[in-house]
Amino acid sequence: MIEVKDLHKQYGDIVALDKVSLTVGRGELFGLIGPDGAGKTSLMRILMSLLLPDGGTATMNELDVVKDYKEVRLITGYMPGRFSLYPDLTVEENLKFFATVFGTTIQENYYLIKDIYQQIEPFKNRRAGKLSGGMKQKLALSCALIHKPEILILDEPTTGVDAVSRKEFWEMLKRLKSMGITILVSTPYMDEASMCDRIALIQQGRLMSVATPHEMIESFPEDLWAVHTRKIYETSKHLEKLSSTLSVNSFGQVLHLVTSKGVHSAESIQKYLLEKGELEITIEPSSATIEDVFILLMNHHKHLK
Amino acid sequence: MNRFLAFLRKEFYHIFRDPRTLVILFGIPIAQLLLFGFVLTNEVRNVKIAVVDHSKDYLSIRLTERLLSSGFFQLAALPKSESEYEGLFRSSKVKEIVVFEPDFARKLIKEGKAGIQVIADASEPNAAQLVVNYTTAIANGFVKDEFTKDQKVPGINIKVRMLFNEDMRDAYNFIPGLIAVILMLISAMMTAITITREKETGTMEILLASPLKPIQIILGKVVPYLILSIINALVVLLLGYFVFEVPIIGNLALLLGEILLFIFLALSLGILISTFANSQLTALAMSGFVLMLPSILLSGFIFPVKNMPVPLQIVANLMPPRWFIEINRTVMLKGGGIETIWPNTVILLGMSVIFILISIRKFKIRLQ
Repeated sequence: MIEVKDLHKQYGDIVALDKVSLTVGRGELFGLIGPDGAGKTSLMRILMSLLLPDGGTATMNELDVVKDYKEVRLITGYMPGRFSLYPDLTVEENLKFFATVFGTTIQENYYLIKDIYQQIEPFKNRRAGKLSGGMKQKLALSCALIHKPEILILDEPTTGVDAVSRKEFWEMLKRLKSMGITILVSTPYMDEASMCDRIALIQQGRLMSVATPHEMIESFPEDLWAVHTRKIYETSKHLEKLSSTLSVNSFGQVLHLVTSKGVHSAESIQKYLLEKGELEITIEPSSATIEDVFILLMNHHKHLK
Repeated sequence: MNRFLAFLRKEFYHIFRDPRTLVILFGIPIAQLLLFGFVLTNEVRNVKIAVVDHSKDYLSIRLTERLLSSGFFQLAALPKSESEYEGLFRSSKVKEIVVFEPDFARKLIKEGKAGIQVIADASEPNAAQLVVNYTTAIANGFVKDEFTKDQKVPGINIKVRMLFNEDMRDAYNFIPGLIAVILMLISAMMTAITITREKETGTMEILLASPLKPIQIILGKVVPYLILSIINALVVLLLGYFVFEVPIIGNLALLLGEILLFIFLALSLGILISTFANSQLTALAMSGFVLMLPSILLSGFIFPVKNMPVPLQIVANLMPPRWFIEINRTVMLKGGGIETIWPNTVILLGMSVIFILISIRKFKIRLQ
């Protein structure tokens, strides 16, 4: 269980974490979603006892990350954002090194990493630096898991990894969760949020919202429209000028238009665009994605400032 | 203990799998040894000279023979007139011309004084000075030998004796110094680089987040280089002894003990640098400026400390190699014991303790 209370961290004038409070339950797969520089890494490093907070407290399974840092380091597995294994050591040597450092052996906890490690085992004599991005992450996860940690902290494990490997990676996290391991994972990819039990949206060092992905989508307070158009740029310019528009964002070939609740209907928007000379357009009400929630909250916070 | 052994094994993998590290560890010491031993020599050997004998009597001919048979000089030309001199120097055919005045033997016997003009190519001032000194020494020696039976020895009688290095052999000078330079390079620079590499690649983050204690991380980094440094020091000593014939007159155990102390000092300096530097490049630059240049220039390795201006002498006294090279020379060449080198030993010990204390204070158990 991870408990974070009023955690504050700043580097000079830049506030990295602004009174962050958070609770991650035992055996929960918790996602920290936010763009680069939102404070995800700072939070994880404080939890890993690698940074000292400037204020507030944090405990990992009731162990204080400042006072009991030695014990914290024993019960946690950590995967930093950057690939941080030894590129000149082979896959097996890396794993063996970390197993020994944590006072265990590969055999002892093999069952835990079996699913993951089996995929890279054919390359166990290859130098880690020569692995593909996906395989590197699998090795890093194996190394972080080899001492059977109670809590796993993964800093953007899927960044720079191909779509198939990303999917596999999340499957693995779900299996680990089912073994009772508490997992805190960060990602800049909003589409990965739905894989988590609960997520926190973080922006500029502040938690904007904490809920299950489903709740977050359900509680979307405004109207959301999916607008299909051929001329993404022109259409979005027109829509921005529509009264009560809150935001227009492109999702691939589709525009997501957010308007204040109950002001517009699909017909009224269609009519507006017709007046502007936009003909081949289909508009339908749509359910929000995590990204829509994020953008809405982000704009909301900007207005507050 | 298992943890520590695993760490050591990992370090040896790093060392033996990185060609650059191997080159620095084993290539540079040998290259330096060969450079100082064979190339950068101050010794005079087979210098090409020309002889102009306006006298052609028995003494001038015997002195010419003496010069040429010394092994230092080699006859390259016999110019007929002064007009040829410049051409000989320009084309670098000779480095020195020896001119005997007419009636050399007669004047020397009758007047007790005779002239030899020595013209040297001073475009290389140091070399010219050396060559002239050698020529003068041989001429004086010759005169002395020729007239020993007589009471009255003509000419100037200069007697020079180079104590501890009778032949002014360079190897005597550079082997004790080179040990210091190589140990600085291997022990301090490599330790600093290997620790900062972990910071640079981000693996330090994982090591810190692991149950490894800082002391285990540092010792794991240091022990491999301690072993390699000892091997390197022994190789230089052995090469010096067998190839360059540098004697070890003093107590070998004492010498090895002092070398071990200096390795310890260099390693702690390396750790200290690594606590300041965050990238391998910074570590390299810091070791270059902090270690290499001073340990070559200010340690008395090449330029005697006593001849330096006072401010530089003060700086030189802060350089660990300055004290270590003195120890080496004393023990190896003069056969001095601990009774003469104990102040240096105490200074080296003190420096090591200071470096270690600062390193421990500065080593971070966290990222910032």
